[in-house]
Amino acid sequence: MQRSLQIDPEKCTACMQCELACSYQATESFNPSQSRIKVFMFHETARFVPYTCTQCAEAWCMKACPVDAIQVNAETGAKEVIDSLCVGCKVCTIACPFGTINYSQSTGKVVKCDLCGGDPECVKACPTDAITYVDADWTGLDKMRAWAAKTDSQSGAQA
Amino acid sequence: MKHVIIGAGPAGVIAAETLRAADARAEITLIGDEPEPPYSRMAIPYVLSGIIDETGTYLRKDEGYFDNLGVEVVQGRVEKVNPGKCSVTVNGGNVNYDRLLIASGSRAVKPPISGLDLPGIHHCWTLEDSRGISDLAKEGAKVVLMGAGFIGCIILESLVARGVELTVVEMGDRMVPRMMNRSAGNMIRRWCEKKGVTVFTSTRGDGVEQAGTELKVTLSNGKAINADLVVVATGVAPNIEFLEGSGVKTDTGILVDQYLESSVPGIYAAGDVAEGFDFSTGARTVQAIQPTAADHARAAALNMTGIKTPFRGSLGMNVLDTLGLVSTSFGLWNGVGGGERAEVIDEENFRYVSLEFDEDQLVGAITLGHTDHVGVLRGLIQTGTHLGAWKQRLMADPTRVMEAYLAATQV
Repeated sequence: MQRSLQIDPEKCTACMQCELACSYQATESFNPSQSRIKVFMFHETARFVPYTCTQCAEAWCMKACPVDAIQVNAETGAKEVIDSLCVGCKVCTIACPFGTINYSQSTGKVVKCDLCGGDPECVKACPTDAITYVDADWTGLDKMRAWAAKTDSQSGAQA
Repeated sequence: MKHVIIGAGPAGVIAAETLRAADARAEITLIGDEPEPPYSRMAIPYVLSGIIDETGTYLRKDEGYFDNLGVEVVQGRVEKVNPGKCSVTVNGGNVNYDRLLIASGSRAVKPPISGLDLPGIHHCWTLEDSRGISDLAKEGAKVVLMGAGFIGCIILESLVARGVELTVVEMGDRMVPRMMNRSAGNMIRRWCEKKGVTVFTSTRGDGVEQAGTELKVTLSNGKAINADLVVVATGVAPNIEFLEGSGVKTDTGILVDQYLESSVPGIYAAGDVAEGFDFSTGARTVQAIQPTAADHARAAALNMTGIKTPFRGSLGMNVLDTLGLVSTSFGLWNGVGGGERAEVIDEENFRYVSLEFDEDQLVGAITLGHTDHVGVLRGLIQTGTHLGAWKQRLMADPTRVMEAYLAATQV
């Protein structure tokens, strides 16, 4: 059964452990700017929202890549960037309507969440269960998926 | 069902894959006129800068990929489409189809000035072109790049990476005039100049002549520049000439409806050659960008198999890296009548954001010097998200777009 990240902003305390764990896993440095998961803070409403790729079925990034450098990991379902194929053209970064695949100037490649190969570090680092790794069917991502569908240029009538 | 696809670029290949996924038994023929396996023109600049070799441009990397997919790849240039006989003429024979997709792309065009047939003058459009450029763009070589549009600017990056002495000539009053407004386009120009590139805007080449072993390029600003290599990147045009007499209606490109079908039933078009609906304006336009080619191809292929798939229109968008300065533009980046613009300019640090609103909806955007989460600009525009109170916050600080997106959709 494939699993996916479930994020519950209600439980997030903005401790930033997820960003540190992710950046260490991805780059061997504790550098939140290199993290694939970001916590956004809404001080007006005291809300904190961890945010990363949902591995959406539409896979805008993968479909826009001109050199086949984003591929599905058959085991985890994650859409992964194949560094040796990525030329750094960045088309995926404008194609992804969620803004969750980004260009790294230090590597000259794009980076995104790859679910750490099936054992996400952000989940292990989160002390409040704001980020959990659950069966794909159970995630609370429906709202986001609905939004993804709305973005689909192949649905709906011509305006 | 027999499907024939003219053109082996991204649109042709994605269409072939989509057709196969939808119909395991369909016969699929993909016709391309270049000798290499299907490849991505977009990746050519990265060959020139040495990041990849030619095989790195191939759209699909696995040996025997198209054979395994059951797609027959034919090399040849289609001379004619014969809708009455449901056939295309290629390599002196006819290939029959039940459904035809025209994804013949576009080609580089020359401006009407003298001397552009001399040796040492190249487009940067095909792999063959890139070999000609590679031979001449050696370290220290003098190079004139005509055209600082989107394609010109991508080539600019790789020419500088090769260590040439570069002069850029652009007719428009700024760099990337069809993607960047004046503030952003001029910021890119200043950036290039700071990096040692000579840039002339509002300038055109008047002619090129041989001057000993070099070329002499005469410019409309009265200057003349000697060069070892001239790269012409002044524009592209859809490949539609072979459709003459076919009855397929064309304007700039092939006019298609919301199903990507042309005026002739059973003949579809996708990618750079298709003049399809623009998401922002509702009018038909030739966008000639990779994401549109991919979206067109998928929708066209589904419609070809009988799965009715209306296409809402594609959003014009581009991302460009000019010597390390990353820029993006989306949708109606020049704004709409009665709309409002939020703008923040940081000249010193080469950072810029402009957002264009229609009421409380985002309709266009430009960024410079930002690489994080730029895709949400597309998301916000294409979903028509009502930003409510966040619109005023963005008017005050347009860099907060990611928060606005999360507030509108997640919180």
